Amino acid sequence: MNLEIILFVIFSAIAVVSSVLMVTRRNAIMSALFLILNFGALSGLYLTLHAQFIAVVQVIVYAGAIMVLFLFVIMLLRPADDKGLLEEHPKMKWFAIGIGVFIFLQLAFVILFSSTVGSIVQAPNNIEIGTIQSIGKELYTKYLIPFEAAAFLLLAAAIGAIVLAKKKFN
Amino acid sequence: MDITIQDYLNILPLIIIAAGILISVVIEMYAKNSEKILPWFSIVIFFSAGYYALFTVNSQSVLFSNMIVTGGTANIFFFLFCFGAAIVSLLSIDYLKKAGIYFGEYYILLQSAVLGMMLLANARDLVMIFIGLEQMSIPFYVLAGFNRKKHFSNEAALKYFLLGAFATGFIVFGMGLIYGSVGSMSIDAIMTKFGDVSTNAVFIIGVLLFIIGFSFKIAAFPFHMWVPDVYQGSPTTVTAIMSTGGKAAAFSALFIALSPFFGDVSFNIFKPFLSALAVLSMLFGSIVAIAQTDIKRMLAYSSISHAGYMLIGVTSGLASGTAGVIFYLAAYTFMNLGAFGIVSMLEGENDTNLKIDDYINLGKKNPLIAGLLSIFMFALSGLPPFAGFFGKYYVFISAIESGMTWLAIVGVISSVISVYFYLRLVVLMYFKEGNEGINPTVSNTALLGVVIAALIVILIGLFPGSIIELISTFVI
Amino acid sequence: MLESYIPIMLVLGFAVVFAMAAVFSSKLFGPQRPNPEKLSTYESGVKPIGTTHERVSIKYYLIAMLFIIFDIEVIFVYPWAVEFRQLFAEFGISVFVSMFIFLVVFELGFLYAYKKGGFDWD
Repeated sequence: MNLEIILFVIFSAIAVVSSVLMVTRRNAIMSALFLILNFGALSGLYLTLHAQFIAVVQVIVYAGAIMVLFLFVIMLLRPADDKGLLEEHPKMKWFAIGIGVFIFLQLAFVILFSSTVGSIVQAPNNIEIGTIQSIGKELYTKYLIPFEAAAFLLLAAAIGAIVLAKKKFN
Repeated sequence: MDITIQDYLNILPLIIIAAGILISVVIEMYAKNSEKILPWFSIVIFFSAGYYALFTVNSQSVLFSNMIVTGGTANIFFFLFCFGAAIVSLLSIDYLKKAGIYFGEYYILLQSAVLGMMLLANARDLVMIFIGLEQMSIPFYVLAGFNRKKHFSNEAALKYFLLGAFATGFIVFGMGLIYGSVGSMSIDAIMTKFGDVSTNAVFIIGVLLFIIGFSFKIAAFPFHMWVPDVYQGSPTTVTAIMSTGGKAAAFSALFIALSPFFGDVSFNIFKPFLSALAVLSMLFGSIVAIAQTDIKRMLAYSSISHAGYMLIGVTSGLASGTAGVIFYLAAYTFMNLGAFGIVSMLEGENDTNLKIDDYINLGKKNPLIAGLLSIFMFALSGLPPFAGFFGKYYVFISAIESGMTWLAIVGVISSVISVYFYLRLVVLMYFKEGNEGINPTVSNTALLGVVIAALIVILIGLFPGSIIELISTFVI
Repeated sequence: MLESYIPIMLVLGFAVVFAMAAVFSSKLFGPQRPNPEKLSTYESGVKPIGTTHERVSIKYYLIAMLFIIFDIEVIFVYPWAVEFRQLFAEFGISVFVSMFIFLVVFELGFLYAYKKGGFDWD
């Protein structure tokens, strides 16, 4: 048993347990904290797949920035009573279970039968491709135009955020 | 990374708009009366970029490691977006004052959205399509909710954002499957490998998800549910650019992604799906529009049915169909802009004067406006000799060429239905007894914009042959 | 490849063990004599009012939104910084220029947010 498998088992166990804990918590903030743990474990899983850059992004953007936003939203919208959505709408539970089963079947199908319906191409030299160096090289040579366009996208997002939240109306 | 001066000249429209955004942000930060300067500044920017794009339509090239193309259809789309946005800027000057949202940021966001549309239209890589789509959508989400005080505007923005993000999810999932089966995001790589992957289920499902995602953006049935509420709730000038430029940009992306399929038997897989979308959109849009009493909602449903007519051209899978759709989009952009322009001119404060009944007797009270609106209504309903007729004609011809005559017949039936609600407006304006209806106050700048739109609609109607010839030379 | 991460894993493992030990050792070794007064929420010695579930101001939300946008900027700069030496040797000054354009566009957004009072608390 090599290191990769050991790490995979550890991180996937953490991911599964934390996501189960996330959906079963009554307190939304506890759920959010377990989601952070889940993101952390996911980032470890990316590492075992040699996707270092995505692992770093997962920690910085998702576990960092997005979860801050998440927590603010939860604390902003604090439900007055602790009565859950599912208790008020019991049918939602079945809907959620249906969606979950559907996605599970889809994944099972892809993993077990994908070779019969269509092939997935192996990425070339997939050890190298996920490193920060190779992403940097691609991003600033081949993907230069999307990279510059992303700056304008983020500029538009910043302006939009300020306009919607800060602009004074007379 | 050896880029020549010629390459920079080829992407000059993009550079002009990008520089325009940056300068506009600086003006907005430092100028006291930025809301007075920015509309004219953005009109200059849009006009120069659009004119330059049309001027250099022949300089075709593929640039930046096959990321973007210039010239050809991309430049024709550039022209549409830039001139459409210039007209919208003209319409907005007085409309924003009236609506109480007289801010300079509106024009920065408008320019950002146009930049996004242009990136969509000249993409040669799925990554570019994604960036362009977001660059277009995010300013639109903000613009839809620009009037923060109005509940309807907020609702429109939220609805548009949630459903738009949902649609983007479909598109990105589709792109992921395409990447998984091809091993590259580049359209060129997809084309070279097309023989291997065209029967691959993962690839086909990826493309199908991509089409579904863009069906949201072009407002085709059954992915249309956001359209009436968003078009009604957004500021009218925003609706004008959203329903024309946004739709044209989404169609351009659809053509880019489907271009490997055209002329191949594997396109037949999508034909039932696309023709179902086309038929349902046309009939649903036309029939539901009859029952509307609000003019913005009526135009929203008409927009759904126009998406259906354009999908006929996509379904044909022929070069003539693609050219027909681009022609249709050109005509539709200006006639719809004109119609929404007049609606925005006549709209009173607090969403008044938006009922169809408010247009009664407009022919007597303001013959000029009524005449212009009649031109746009005739054009939208597809009566000859206006631009809309030739758009439908070319699209229907392409359907017949590809052996789907029934689709053309459904299109004609739907057009006949749609004549009812377009011409009802004209009848109400001219032939209604009594003295009810509104007394409009007309803004001169907006009138200029509407007159330009009307002139372009008439020009397209007068010279359809040379325009379709120009488009056809660039469509392979 | 993965072996190079062993130090990070060790640090993570040590952090988890240390945090758990700190929390549970006080539970284990300290005396536990709870009474209702002790278990009530501590509010500077005053009788506690209301719940701890207070709503926070919407103003935090804008800050968080801007934080995400500028966080993503960092993500773009990070691989550039890591790879700069090789890229500069290969392509020269244009690598610097491309990042310079990105940052100018981006910092204009930052300056805009600052000018319009996006970081003010009012």
